[in-house]
Amino acid sequence: MPAVSKGDGMRGLAVFISDIRNCKSKEAEIKRINKELANIRSKFKGDKALDGYSKKKYVCKLLFIFLLGHDIDFGHMEAVNLLSSNKYTEKQIGYLFISVLVNSNSELIRLINNAIKNDLSSRNPTFMCLALHCIANVGSREMAEAFAGEIPRILVAGDTMDSVKQSAALCLLRLYKASPDLVLMGEWTSRVVHLLNDQHMGVVTAAISLITCLSSKNPDEFKTCVSLAVSRLSRIVSSASTDLQDYTYYFVPAPWLSCKLLRLLQCYPPPEDGAVKGRLVECLETILNKAQEPPKSKKVQHSNAKNAILFEAISLIIHYDSEPNLLVRACNQLGQFLQHRETNLRYLALESMCTLASSEFSHEAVKTHIETVINALKTERDVSVRQRAADLLYAMCDRSNAKQIVAEMLSYLETADYSIREEMVLKVAILAEKYAVDYSWYVDTILNLIRIAGDYVSEEVWYRVIQIVINRDDVQGYAAKTVFEALQAPACHENMVKVGGYILGEFGNLIAGDPRSSPLVQFNLLHSKFHLCSVPTRALLLSAYIKFINLFPETKATIQEVLRSDSQIRNSDVELQQRAVEYLKLSSIASTDVLATVLEEMPPFPERESSILAKLKKKKGPGAVSVELEDGKERGELNGGADRGGEAAIAASNASTPSPSSDLLGLRSAAPVGGPAPSAGSLLVDVFSEAGPAASSTRVNDDGFLSSAPPSAASEDPAPPLPESDELLNKFVCKNNGVLFENQLLQIGIKSEYRQNLGRMYLFYGNKTSVQFVSFTTTVSCPGELQSQLNVQTKPVEPLVEGGAQVQQVINIECLTDFVDAPLLNIKFRYGGALQNITLKLPVTINKFFQPTEMAAADFFQRWKQLSQPQQEAQKIFKASHGMDTEVLKAKLLGLGTALLENVDPNPENYVCAGVIQTKIQQVGCLLRLEPNAQAQPGEQMYRLTLRSSKDTVSQRVCDLLAEQF
Amino acid sequence: MQFMLLFSRQGKLRLQKWYVPQADKEKKKITRELVQTVLARKPKMCSFLEWRDLKVVYKRYASLYFCCAIEDQDNELITLEIIHRYVELLDKYFGSVCELDIIFNFEKAYFILDEFLLGGEAQETSKKNVLKAIEQADLLQEPRHEYFNVPVY
Repeated sequence: MPAVSKGDGMRGLAVFISDIRNCKSKEAEIKRINKELANIRSKFKGDKALDGYSKKKYVCKLLFIFLLGHDIDFGHMEAVNLLSSNKYTEKQIGYLFISVLVNSNSELIRLINNAIKNDLSSRNPTFMCLALHCIANVGSREMAEAFAGEIPRILVAGDTMDSVKQSAALCLLRLYKASPDLVLMGEWTSRVVHLLNDQHMGVVTAAISLITCLSSKNPDEFKTCVSLAVSRLSRIVSSASTDLQDYTYYFVPAPWLSCKLLRLLQCYPPPEDGAVKGRLVECLETILNKAQEPPKSKKVQHSNAKNAILFEAISLIIHYDSEPNLLVRACNQLGQFLQHRETNLRYLALESMCTLASSEFSHEAVKTHIETVINALKTERDVSVRQRAADLLYAMCDRSNAKQIVAEMLSYLETADYSIREEMVLKVAILAEKYAVDYSWYVDTILNLIRIAGDYVSEEVWYRVIQIVINRDDVQGYAAKTVFEALQAPACHENMVKVGGYILGEFGNLIAGDPRSSPLVQFNLLHSKFHLCSVPTRALLLSAYIKFINLFPETKATIQEVLRSDSQIRNSDVELQQRAVEYLKLSSIASTDVLATVLEEMPPFPERESSILAKLKKKKGPGAVSVELEDGKERGELNGGADRGGEAAIAASNASTPSPSSDLLGLRSAAPVGGPAPSAGSLLVDVFSEAGPAASSTRVNDDGFLSSAPPSAASEDPAPPLPESDELLNKFVCKNNGVLFENQLLQIGIKSEYRQNLGRMYLFYGNKTSVQFVSFTTTVSCPGELQSQLNVQTKPVEPLVEGGAQVQQVINIECLTDFVDAPLLNIKFRYGGALQNITLKLPVTINKFFQPTEMAAADFFQRWKQLSQPQQEAQKIFKASHGMDTEVLKAKLLGLGTALLENVDPNPENYVCAGVIQTKIQQVGCLLRLEPNAQAQPGEQMYRLTLRSSKDTVSQRVCDLLAEQF
Repeated sequence: MQFMLLFSRQGKLRLQKWYVPQADKEKKKITRELVQTVLARKPKMCSFLEWRDLKVVYKRYASLYFCCAIEDQDNELITLEIIHRYVELLDKYFGSVCELDIIFNFEKAYFILDEFLLGGEAQETSKKNVLKAIEQADLLQEPRHEYFNVPVY
């Protein structure tokens, strides 16, 4: 029951609302609403001019109806009229209506903008605030166009009231988020940053959200905010709980502002100024200390506010990832929370620990909590908490605890919530592969996975186990034995039958010596599952049977019998019928030699990134998967079907385009090979009789089909990178434009530009001949772990390049984290029928994301000393390949992207540089020193190059790249 | 913060505030989905959940659920206290607030929210300052012939 009605009671509105509430049915409600709408419409249309109050009341009713979920198609004009009322409440309702029901009607927008403009210039702070709130609520582009220039002026003007400044700051933030191109801080930047010093806490609280957003986009322009933020934070953290009066919240001083300050600092690397850094570390320590103090209040608000700051501080510590002491303290604190009675804290501790697990400084400390986390996985009653526990186990897994963690995750799977099973399965599969020391454990784990959660085992998972078994002959016998045993279960999952069929078909001979698993026993076991399986699985089993005929001649009669039965050879499914016919024929007419060649054991799969990992990445988005498979080295994209297609190139069958992706073993069997089924048998015979000697290089493909690479360029595997591709890459380390590659046919030119962690590259493909290139395709791929480090996007180019023409392609690059390898650019086209297939390294190197950093000598040496851990430094001593021309050297160092610092090194012969590498997740400060011995004889001139950075991989990579330049 | 929703235990939406543009249809879909998800949760469960690519922070006060969707880098606990501060503001303004106050004076609930949060960020966290702004506005208006206390239901 509303005890009071503040301000203006609108009685008519209250009556209407209670009428609606008394409606017994949806129909009654709609009827009442329609009645009201008709009433309002007639009032608005009526001859009598409505007074402001009535207009306000009706507009408010319309708003109420809209918020109930009904459409409103009138009243906008009346609302706009209210904006120009000089009565506050009328104006307020007008603005509320506009904020909730923005209409892109341009006529109205103009009127609304006019009203806003009047209020902004009214110098009445309450009116100004209303107008600013409206802009912030709507945030449309039209409004940004009209006001983005005016609001910064209001924000920094000396005579603006505090409350107006607060609204202006957040209004600007909203406009910046919606239309960053229209909000230009320019000359205001420094005054906006200095709002951090404002004596009104509310102004700081509002302004800092704006500053954080601007800083994350333009860190350099706003970097002076770091020291201001640190001193503001320090004042808050060290203040007594009552100092800040109304900004103290349940005995916690300014929790919102503290969190926002800590958040702002996460846009930057650790402060370079030693004093600032010292002060900040002190703050962080104080925050960690306070967590150990007894609470000043039993209220949950007290502990929430306090812990909000603590978690934000821990995020900052993790972001810096450079203070081992703080990292370990953070980890211990989170460890305490893991057993806290508050579910919220347990949840957040698990979440936060996940990121701690990936820091080298705290990985071990996180691991000590394994038992608690396993316990959480077993006992937490809330599935979202269990999910966090599973994530953390995945993150903390390494060789030492993999068996335990995988076992726990497997047993959790049996009862896991359906919504998370698939992801759990992928994670178990990845861990099992990554940390497999002996592969029998790996095989056991995956078979268990299929047994426990077969429905959630995606194709990628069981493809992968087959790839691995094929590639490792030490595990093949074990795999055959295990899968044979698993198939004994009366009810086993279809995925198990697939794996079983494939593995026994390939390696059944390894266990055939044992009478308990003799060839016929194996066959009967597989065939007992046949009738319960879906068509694709049956197709796979038929392929296993023909392999059996080859492996075990004694099974031939039995299997031919099966193939010949009506249920096979006359199967209504074209695919199955065709296989039965083909295999039956193959087994009857081909000699044992031919059969043995065609059905030879599968050759090893090329090493490539685990398809499972790719899938998990897809599920979770790039960057979410920190675990990389160790054997996933530089490899092309995932195009399993095509891999095999190439080998069978000579076979003459003409269909079955290998699917370009995802179908890793080429098991997708829907496309029939040789035309309609009835003719298939004879086609096959033709193939053999005509192909003659070629048949010896023919193989039955994974799916039992003869297949070939069709004559389109795209299906050919990308060629390996050209031998000279590294050299070509090195040419572009210190420059952004030039010719990347040229031969008699093709010239590839590059123009590129980089800003922060983003880059754009223009590739120009020039056809040097007078003949057109057809099927011209280019593919940019990020091999191996580069996939999670760089985000590269391209648009396809036109497949035809006329003689003498040039086509352009734009590549957008986002650097997510530091990286070593270069993306691969594969170009394929046909020139006069001959396929050209060239792979180059795209000259995207880590130094492209440098921001030059100017600093004085003292700062440089201080930074230099701070980076004194051995792994932070990389050094190379090498012979000069070119002359030591000062200007050339300087140009190269500038081309690297760093700032060349003059008058820093005591020896004027030496060069020192500084820069920050910008990646999406962090910034890596980098210092460089190059010492030439210019006096030496030509031929004996040497350089010593030293790199120091906060990240070892970066030091090493930049050092390697640069050493090739002199 | 991307949006804030207030809804009753019966799933009736009482207040919606969107800080990033969404089509009306999408708003309805999001609301439906989220209301269902949150109502299905048990009382002792934690106040946070992952939802699409956002984090949802919610808390129940009497018959009303307050539910905020925040982005990945946002702080869950401080969001929980944003909710609490908003409840305190409503409580102070209406004097022991209940769901009916918000139903009958929905426009006030929006005004208070705008003073407290703007563009999805905390604008003014001092309870006194927010209420001062609202009360000033109330003083700016004049009594009308139709001015009554809201009748008792």
